[in-house]
Amino acid sequence: MGFLELTHVKKAFGSFTAVEDFMLSAEPGEFVSFLGPSGCGKTTTLRMIAGFEYPDSGSIKVDGREITNLPPNKRNVGMVFQAYALFPNMTVADNVGFGMRIKKQPKVAIKKRVGELLELINMPEKADRYPYQLSGGQQQRVALARALAIEPQVLLLDEPLSALDAKIRVSLRTEIRSIQRKLGITTVYVTHDQEEALSLSDRVVVMSQGRIEQIGTPFEIYNFPATAFVATFVGTLNALHADVVDAAAGIVSIGGQQIRLARPLDRADHRKTVEIALRPEIITLRDAAGDANRLTGTVDRVTFLGSIVRVRIVLDGGDVVSFDTFNNPHLAVPADGERVTVSFPPEACLVLDQSVAEIKAAVAQAEDGLLPGVDSASDIRP
Amino acid sequence: MKRRRGGIAWWLVFLLAVLYFFLPLVATLDFALKAKPPFSAFTNAVQDPKFFSSLLYSLVIGVLTIVASLSLIVPTAYWVQLKVPRARSLVEFVTLLPFVIPAVVLVFGLIRVYSQPPLPFTHTDIGSSALLVAGYIVLSLPYMYRAVDTGLRAIDIRSLTEAAQSMGAGWVTIIWRVILPNLRVALLSGAFLTLAIVLGEFTIANFLARPAFGPYLNLLSQQKAYEPAAVALISFGLTWLAMIAIAFIGRDTRTRIEIGGAH
Repeated sequence: MGFLELTHVKKAFGSFTAVEDFMLSAEPGEFVSFLGPSGCGKTTTLRMIAGFEYPDSGSIKVDGREITNLPPNKRNVGMVFQAYALFPNMTVADNVGFGMRIKKQPKVAIKKRVGELLELINMPEKADRYPYQLSGGQQQRVALARALAIEPQVLLLDEPLSALDAKIRVSLRTEIRSIQRKLGITTVYVTHDQEEALSLSDRVVVMSQGRIEQIGTPFEIYNFPATAFVATFVGTLNALHADVVDAAAGIVSIGGQQIRLARPLDRADHRKTVEIALRPEIITLRDAAGDANRLTGTVDRVTFLGSIVRVRIVLDGGDVVSFDTFNNPHLAVPADGERVTVSFPPEACLVLDQSVAEIKAAVAQAEDGLLPGVDSASDIRP
Repeated sequence: MKRRRGGIAWWLVFLLAVLYFFLPLVATLDFALKAKPPFSAFTNAVQDPKFFSSLLYSLVIGVLTIVASLSLIVPTAYWVQLKVPRARSLVEFVTLLPFVIPAVVLVFGLIRVYSQPPLPFTHTDIGSSALLVAGYIVLSLPYMYRAVDTGLRAIDIRSLTEAAQSMGAGWVTIIWRVILPNLRVALLSGAFLTLAIVLGEFTIANFLARPAFGPYLNLLSQQKAYEPAAVALISFGLTWLAMIAIAFIGRDTRTRIEIGGAH
């Protein structure tokens, strides 16, 4: 039994199912992120935990207490909004102390707690400022302090950094994580930014079209994606069309060059083509030892990006592979037009049951609000 | 050259607007000053006890109208924006009805319904004054609703409401402590527009036989020559004072909204 429990939660708006059979059990002090494209149901799920939406079925419990149908002001759940939502008529101190005043706590206690929280967010000197006198990053820190002031059982953050510029986003997310760790508060964080989700979370819930695609640690999500959608949505990958040569032996051919997979292809036969996904960081220019797969091609473009060098290779069969290599002034970088061989281990090959193009089209359509009835990707295996 | 021509055109339009607004006032003042001795029209007007009593009555009715109107419109406009945005066009249509239903129709309707049992409002002064307030609430609907609606649209009421809710606030607290303070300028605009309407309104007050400022002004114009002009100017001055008060109170910029802006 977890601290925050969502069991078979479902929510539909008319004929559109926003969230379907959502199951989650978060431990006390755990940082869980909901990651997915726009319209995948992550914010709706968060709003159901907050009480701004009510599920059509299923239950939500916090520390064993049923809160499914409680109004938001009875849940003791703190929320930080994308748009900050600071009260413009109140100073920073008044904003932070608002929830405590609602709970009719003594003035001395409110003042003390507000002071502590302003220290926590490194803004003790801004207590008398109004929201319009603060930068976006400062406003969001105040919003965080305000949400924490009521000592909520669960902290919810709805894309809190998406209105900020990139530099502040990175520094603030580190700050959010450090405050969350210090207070040990169970936190649910909604984002469509995979870097944010991977860097902040204890566990990530990847969602697509109202359904959970995978729940796992950032390491599991990235390295062992359970579905083609997760593989495509999280991180970057090279998608290669492959003809099955020997399904039982797990041998496929990419443009005439044979490679071996880590496992046999049970369901494929030799006439079927499959799509193979390769993470760019697993590909190396060096000729790896042992049973590594090798593919030969011609360097199409080398792009110098400072700390890394991006190399694009057109394989002999016409497929394209891109990968990044760390910049090292003492190592030679291949030149455009040079013939090279890249290598990668069989375990790095992810066999997708749904094509990357299909998934990307479905995501794009979902983000445009078209929501096609495409089934989520089925299991994939390395 | 082009820019200079544009500047001249701007000044010309400005001058025409000034003339349009101020010429009638100057003419009224000129007429009021024709009374002998000079300014006697003004002194006579303010010395008439009915001037202040009718003005005070209208001010009280105006304040009651504003309070009742705000109590009705703020929660309605807030709820419509927050929960039933689809109903907004319908509510807007309803609030525009006073423009197409003449005040005389409204007051006859009120008298017809509320002058006999079981609701004999017109039989008492308080009852008639209550009907007057009700009539003024209807008359001020288009102005008050628009002022409140515009104010609500300028703030992210959904996020503010949800933020307050997540901190334990109920609906009354949210409206009183979060929404209303952020609508201050909009509420003041609506309130003073309502006050201006109430101070100058004649038809409803006259048919309900109320000692309001509008009927007093009308009566005065039938009995005297120069005093009505002086009273009109004084009431105009009071309206201007109200406008200046809006500008002065609204000058406080604490309620500037910058939700969602990244810096």
